[in-house]
Amino acid sequence: MTVMKKMSRTSKNNFINYGIVIALYVIVQILSATGNLSNLLSGLLVPLCIYIIAAVSLNLVVGFSGELSLGHAGFMCVGAFSSAIFSQVVGDSIPSLPRLLLAILIGAAVAAVFGLLIGIPVLRLRGDYLAIVTLAFGEIIKNLINILYVGVDSKGLHVATSAASLQLEADGTQILKGALGISGTSVLYKDIKSWYFLIGVILVLITLFIVQNLVNSRSGRAITSTRDNRIASESIGINVTKYKLMAFTVSAALAGVAGVLYAHNLASLKVSTFDYNMSILILVYVVLGGIGSVRGSIIATIILYVLPEMLRGFSNYRMLIYSIVLIAMMLFNWAPASRAFRSRVRERIASIWPGRKKEA
Amino acid sequence: MAVLEVTNLGISFGGLRAVDNFHVSIEKGQLYGLIGPNGAGKTTVFNLLTGVYKPDSGSVVLDGTDITGKRTIEINHAGVARTFQNIRLFKAMTVLDNVKTGLHNHHSYSTFTGIFRLPKYYRVEKEMDEQAMELLKVFDLDGEADYLAGNLPYGKQRKLEIARALATDPKLLLLDEPAAGMNPNETQELMDTIRFVREHFDMTILLIEHDMRLVGGICEELTVLNFGEILCQGKTSTVLNDPQVIKAYLGE
Repeated sequence: MTVMKKMSRTSKNNFINYGIVIALYVIVQILSATGNLSNLLSGLLVPLCIYIIAAVSLNLVVGFSGELSLGHAGFMCVGAFSSAIFSQVVGDSIPSLPRLLLAILIGAAVAAVFGLLIGIPVLRLRGDYLAIVTLAFGEIIKNLINILYVGVDSKGLHVATSAASLQLEADGTQILKGALGISGTSVLYKDIKSWYFLIGVILVLITLFIVQNLVNSRSGRAITSTRDNRIASESIGINVTKYKLMAFTVSAALAGVAGVLYAHNLASLKVSTFDYNMSILILVYVVLGGIGSVRGSIIATIILYVLPEMLRGFSNYRMLIYSIVLIAMMLFNWAPASRAFRSRVRERIASIWPGRKKEA
Repeated sequence: MAVLEVTNLGISFGGLRAVDNFHVSIEKGQLYGLIGPNGAGKTTVFNLLTGVYKPDSGSVVLDGTDITGKRTIEINHAGVARTFQNIRLFKAMTVLDNVKTGLHNHHSYSTFTGIFRLPKYYRVEKEMDEQAMELLKVFDLDGEADYLAGNLPYGKQRKLEIARALATDPKLLLLDEPAAGMNPNETQELMDTIRFVREHFDMTILLIEHDMRLVGGICEELTVLNFGEILCQGKTSTVLNDPQVIKAYLGE
C-alpha cells in the first residue's frame, strides 16, 4: 500500500515536470499565434531550451552524484563543434531533419566519450580538487579548439593547427577556422529553422525522461547513495567509481546535446562563448533551483535566463534587480524560515483538501 | 567449520601498533562480542575485516574463502556486512530506498532497462519492493517506508542500518556499537532485535559494545582487546569474571 503510494508520487512528480515544459510550449504558441510574442522573446526560446537541458544534465552530477563540476560548458563545446563539423561535411547530401538527428547523436556520443575519458582520472579526486580539474578541462578544451583548423576536400578531412598547414585541394573548403569558429551551420537548416523551438522542447522532454528515469532506477539509487554516504555505499557492495562515472558520462552526453542545439541555432559558432562564465551560469541555475531538484532547475533556468533580457528596459538598474532576484530565490529555496513557511502552507492545503496526504 | 577465521591480524599506523596478533574463530550462528576500553582498537579490527584498512600481517578467512586485504566491495560481495559506530545512512533517501540500495547486487537490471522502463524494470522493482518491505516489517519500520531516513528517530536509524546491511544477504554481520547513545529501554529492545535477527536469518554476528549489560546478556563468547592486543578470550561468563579484564576494563 505505502509502496504504491510512493511509486505514484515519484511518477506524479515526473509528469508535473513534463507538464511544465509542455505548458511552456503551449503558452508560447498561443502568444505567437495572437501576435503577442516580441522578436526579442522569440529569439530567447531556443537558447532557453539549451540552458534547461544543460542545467538538468548538470544537476545529475551536482545534485545526484554530489560532485561539483565546473566544466559543463566544455562538454557543450565538444558536442557543438563535433556536430557542426559533421553538418558542414555532410552538407546537403542528407535531408535536414535526419541530418539534425544524426548531428545530435554524434554530438552526444562525442561528448559522452570525453565525459568518460575525463571522468576516469577526475573522479578519483573529491570535492574542491574535482571542481578545479573540471574547470581546467573546460578551459583546455576551449583553447584546443581555438587553435584547431578543419577543412574538407575531395581527399577527405584535414585537421591542422594553422590555416596554411591544412593543405587543402582547390575544391576544398575550410570548416573550422580556429578562433573564428564555424560559420553558416544554421544556413544548412533553413527549411527547419522555424521548428527549432519544437525540436528544443522535445529534446528537453527527452532529457527529463532520461534523467528522471535514471534517478528513479536501480542505478539511480546507487548514484544517490554515493552522494549521501560514500563509505556506507561501499560497505553494501556498491561500486562507487562506476556509478559516479555513469552519472558523469550521461551528464556529459546530455550537455553535448545542448551544445548541438546551440551550434545549429547560430549563424556563427565561436569557441569563446563556451567559457568559464557559461559553466558558472549553468551552475547558478542548478544551485538556485535547488540542488537535486529537477523541477527547480527548469524553473530557475526559465526565470533567470529570461529575466535579464526582460529587464533591458531598466538599463542601469538591470543588474541590480537581477541580483535582488537571485538573493530572493536563494532565500526562498533554502532559508530555514521559508522552508518552515512552505511546509506550513503544505499542511494548510492538506487540511483543506483531505484527499491529499502531507509529504514526509 | 568456522564462518570467520582470523589469524595473527595486525596493522601499524606509523610507529603505533594499533592491532597486533588478533585472532578469533566464530562458528556459524554464534553471537560474538568484541569489547575493550576506548582506543583499544576494536573499530580498527572492524575496518581490517571490511577492507577499509589493509592489514600488515595475518589472514582473514570467511567461510573457506580468503578475503585478506581485499577491497570493501569485494568483501561485501563475499558476505560481510556491517553497521557503523556513527550511523551512516543515506539520509536524503527514503527508508525504503535505503534498503533497496542494499538489495542492489541481488536484483539486477541494466541501466538501459531502467531508463526506458522495459517490462523487466517493473518486474524487478516489484520484487525489490516486496523484499525490502518484508525486511522493514521485521524491524517494525514498514510504517515509515516513505520517510526520509534522516528524519527517523535515533533508535530506528540504528535498526534501519541493520536492515540495510541484512539486505546484502551476508554470511557475517558486524555491528559497531549498536547500543551507543541508547537509553536502557532502547538497549533492551535492541537486544531482542539482535537475538531475533540471529534466529530469523540464521545469522552469525560479531558486535562491538561498551554496554556490559548488553554484552553479558546476549553474547556467547567474548574477546577483550586492550592496547591493540588480546587480553582475554572465551566464554562470556568466564571472561567477565577474569581479574585481568575487570582491572583493565571495568576498573579496580
